[in-house]
Amino acid sequence: MRGVWKSGLRLVAVALLVASVPGVGQSARAQDAPTPVDVVTRGEYMAEAADCGACHTVPGGAPFAGGMAFHLPTGTLYAPNITPDVKAGIGQYSEAEFIRAIRQGIRRDGATLYPAMPYPSYARMTDDDLHALYAYFMHGVRPVSTPVVQDGMHWPLSMRWPLTVWRRLFAPDPVVTLQGATARTFPDPVVARGAYLVEGPGHCGACHTPRAVTMQEKALTAEDGPLYLSGGGSVDGWRPVSLRGENRTGLGRWSEQDIVRFLATGRMPLGAAFGGMTDAINHGTQHMTADDQLAIARYLKTLSPTTPVKAPGWAYDPAATNALRAGDVSARGARYYVDSCAACHRTDGRGYPTTFPPLAGNPVVMDPTPDSLIRIVLEGNTLRATKQAPSAFVMPGFAARMDDAAVADTVSFIRAAWGNDAPAVSAADVARIRRSLSPEHPPASLPMN
Amino acid sequence: MSDDARTLKPVDVVVVGGGWAGSIMAKEMTEAGRTVVMLERGPDRSTAGEGAYPASIDELEGNFRYKLFQDLSKNTVTIRNNANQTALPYRRMAAFLPGEGVGGAGLHWSGVHFRMPPDDLRLRSRVIEKYGAKFIPEGMNLQDYGVTYEELEPFFDKAEKVFGTSGEAYKVNGQVVGQGNVFSPSRSDHFPLPPLKDVYTAHLFRKAAAEVGFHPYSLPAANASQQYTNPYGVQMGPCNFCGYCSGYACYMYSKASPNVNILPVLRRHPLFELRANCHVLKVERDSTGTRATGVTYTDAEGKVVTQPAEMVILTAFQFHNVRLMLLSGIGKPYDPVKNEGVVGRNFVYQNVTTSVVWLDPKVETNQYIGAGGGGVAFDDFNSENFDHGPLGFVGGSPVWVNQAGVKAIAGAHSGGPPGTPRWGSAWKAGMIDTYRHSLRIDAHGANMAYRDVYLDLDPTWKDAYGQPLLRMTFDWKDNDIRMNRYVVDRIGDVAKAMGARNVHLTRREFGKPFDTRQYQTTHLGGGAVMGTDPQTSALNRYMQSWDVHNVFVIGANAFPQGTGYNPTGMVAALAYWAAHHIRTTYLAHPGPLAG
Repeated sequence: MRGVWKSGLRLVAVALLVASVPGVGQSARAQDAPTPVDVVTRGEYMAEAADCGACHTVPGGAPFAGGMAFHLPTGTLYAPNITPDVKAGIGQYSEAEFIRAIRQGIRRDGATLYPAMPYPSYARMTDDDLHALYAYFMHGVRPVSTPVVQDGMHWPLSMRWPLTVWRRLFAPDPVVTLQGATARTFPDPVVARGAYLVEGPGHCGACHTPRAVTMQEKALTAEDGPLYLSGGGSVDGWRPVSLRGENRTGLGRWSEQDIVRFLATGRMPLGAAFGGMTDAINHGTQHMTADDQLAIARYLKTLSPTTPVKAPGWAYDPAATNALRAGDVSARGARYYVDSCAACHRTDGRGYPTTFPPLAGNPVVMDPTPDSLIRIVLEGNTLRATKQAPSAFVMPGFAARMDDAAVADTVSFIRAAWGNDAPAVSAADVARIRRSLSPEHPPASLPMN
Repeated sequence: MSDDARTLKPVDVVVVGGGWAGSIMAKEMTEAGRTVVMLERGPDRSTAGEGAYPASIDELEGNFRYKLFQDLSKNTVTIRNNANQTALPYRRMAAFLPGEGVGGAGLHWSGVHFRMPPDDLRLRSRVIEKYGAKFIPEGMNLQDYGVTYEELEPFFDKAEKVFGTSGEAYKVNGQVVGQGNVFSPSRSDHFPLPPLKDVYTAHLFRKAAAEVGFHPYSLPAANASQQYTNPYGVQMGPCNFCGYCSGYACYMYSKASPNVNILPVLRRHPLFELRANCHVLKVERDSTGTRATGVTYTDAEGKVVTQPAEMVILTAFQFHNVRLMLLSGIGKPYDPVKNEGVVGRNFVYQNVTTSVVWLDPKVETNQYIGAGGGGVAFDDFNSENFDHGPLGFVGGSPVWVNQAGVKAIAGAHSGGPPGTPRWGSAWKAGMIDTYRHSLRIDAHGANMAYRDVYLDLDPTWKDAYGQPLLRMTFDWKDNDIRMNRYVVDRIGDVAKAMGARNVHLTRREFGKPFDTRQYQTTHLGGGAVMGTDPQTSALNRYMQSWDVHNVFVIGANAFPQGTGYNPTGMVAALAYWAAHHIRTTYLAHPGPLAG
């Protein structure tokens, strides 16, 4: 589908060079001067870098026709249709209105967008990139007339005016943001590019930076201090890990090339993608150029650990392995681990990278918040195929087979074995995650390999 | 039929059947820039679906209710032992287990992945060279394939790399490089993965076989001994010897299947379309009858649809390919009375018997552990590796311990040694003794082709779509029985060397007819064989119909006679071989590739 439309896009863009094209890009802007093909193509690339599709395209649905649901404690939020359809989409947006929405979160009618739209990060995007992005959305995206689903937020958060107050208090002024960004100097142009991609279009902080009670990210750039990308609050029940240099719980032991491989394929020797990162890779990072993937990696590697290093770095400890191999399953959860996990992740916890990820030394496993690990055990997870890695792998969920105590035992074992040092979890922790599971899981469409 | 049919937009290539052969051909044709529609009679299947752990390892559902196999209520074959009998439909799975659904038999297979021995490819010539033409028994249609090992070698190699095959080479580029099968021909490269580890019984068998003077080797297995990425970029997990291979979708992604090893790439390809639940009724031909115009099929909703195409590639299971040719009038049907015609000729099976060896009660054989393709074999009595002169039979048999994982129900079915009561505590004791302390050794012999063993359309029985069923006329012949009995005696020698407490040698018995009620093997072959003579082969050596040049037929149907080896490796190599010639010659100059 995507490929078909992509090739169609090239044709459309070529046609735009010669004449205006009726039927495609039904906006006022579409009748204006022809848009060069490379601008539309570059805009498509920016849409991928900005991961627009992760929220605005539902799996199997028309690109950017919206409808993705966000189950937040405050209610359910639906991503709008951002195709150039005049009624259902953004077809009536002028370029200035479009850029204002992206950078400042102000809708065409003046209402404020929910900050699920990462405009505090997009504020950092350059005029040039936003121009291309606009060209793409007006000329490269097929208009879809599916009406916008009504937001399902509970009162009082269903009201838009408090958002405006929020925006004025917490969203950055794009002029200031851009000036600040320009003023920053980087020793390496690759790092500079990485900083732009991560802090700007990539909006990594939207998930990976902690938010205040009032929901704004506590830091928007590396300049803002060590909370930036230090691990976010749970999003849809997934806990985004730290992308800083912590040895055990961050990217301290990931090399630049590890990160590049992860962004391209969702898998590398130390771990595999899950949760929200799956969409970020599927819609976004896998489509980026190798240079941009490297830029992101190099920039992330400049981020120091949030807290000063006290404990020694992770080192493999064979004690649990030796016990399991000797038939000793007396440790809490060891029996469950051998029965249900070890076939793929092995008694030594090393897994079979990059097919089945290791649990030994995996930052997700040692994260202080066990939510992601519990959720994966309960409902399983799918490592999706990417352009460079056509095989998907599906881990089955254990919710139907294991009660809360059994899952707690299993997760506690994993968190303490092979040199991992994360605290145990309780059956109550598991019960909390179990209650939060969305009825959409497991997903209706499973990979067909 | 086509008059009423809805006709779809033409495509370049229609591939009939979504198994190994179909997936390879579809991959090759998309690589050549052709639009491909793959029609599969059964449902779509995947590891995440049929292979989802732990539901996937359900022996009752997998091996006794035949979840992944053909629905025999809609379509099957009729069977008789000889032309004087009336054939009856095969409605209960037993002797052989044809697959259905995307992946075909390639999803539920075990994983043994052989190359065809060079002598088997030219068996007629070799037998005449060694023993003279008179050595060939009366009524045996012994033939050559018309293609040599040297010609096929690059394609055996390619298939192994795609499948992620585990094994140990003996000779690479003429140099002895390892402990592989000393009878195997030289290879251009090593196996992509090292051999699977020996399970305990295979280890004991290896030791005993060597003591007797035979030459044991690790079975080549498409069950990955390590995680693996194939040339298409798809990944496999490593085998954990759980034993749920044959009859199951592997939940570890470690048994090679079209679903895991090829289709992930094809499904993403813009030139490829898979249509599941589409049952092909007929290959359509133009008014001259020498060119196919497409196929007619019944779609998932039961509508009859015609799909026009420039090329039709039949890649269904062996006997379905033969039946489609007969239903479509492609090639002259075989007449056993005159020994003329080619479609249905040289139908063959495989000559397998399993012997059981009981070891000391202190020895736990752990038969629940296993890998479908794993084990240890010796080839001292396979192919032309031994002197048949004084023995007076054609053909041979590898011998092996292929412990594929004996599961609970199968273990209970096996019971105890012959003579054990069939119920009560004595049955229970015998069954437990057998499960815990025995091992099985197979004579996996070849079955030769005979003039009065063949396939044709049944005059009486029809399938759910109103088309005649295929009729099998099959029985065992003395030549094959003598071969089996000779090789099984060698199993007795090895069992003795293993220190057997008790041995039950299973030999084929003279005069005992083919019994469809007992599982034997799904390795059916022939019926539309390849060759260099249009009088004795339905396909030329490029798997192309002699009569309708834009129809290629890929499968074990092309084997002129049986072999001691499992067929999949050969089918895959023949698919790559045919695809190579289609891509390098046929696409530019459509027409007969051999004259």
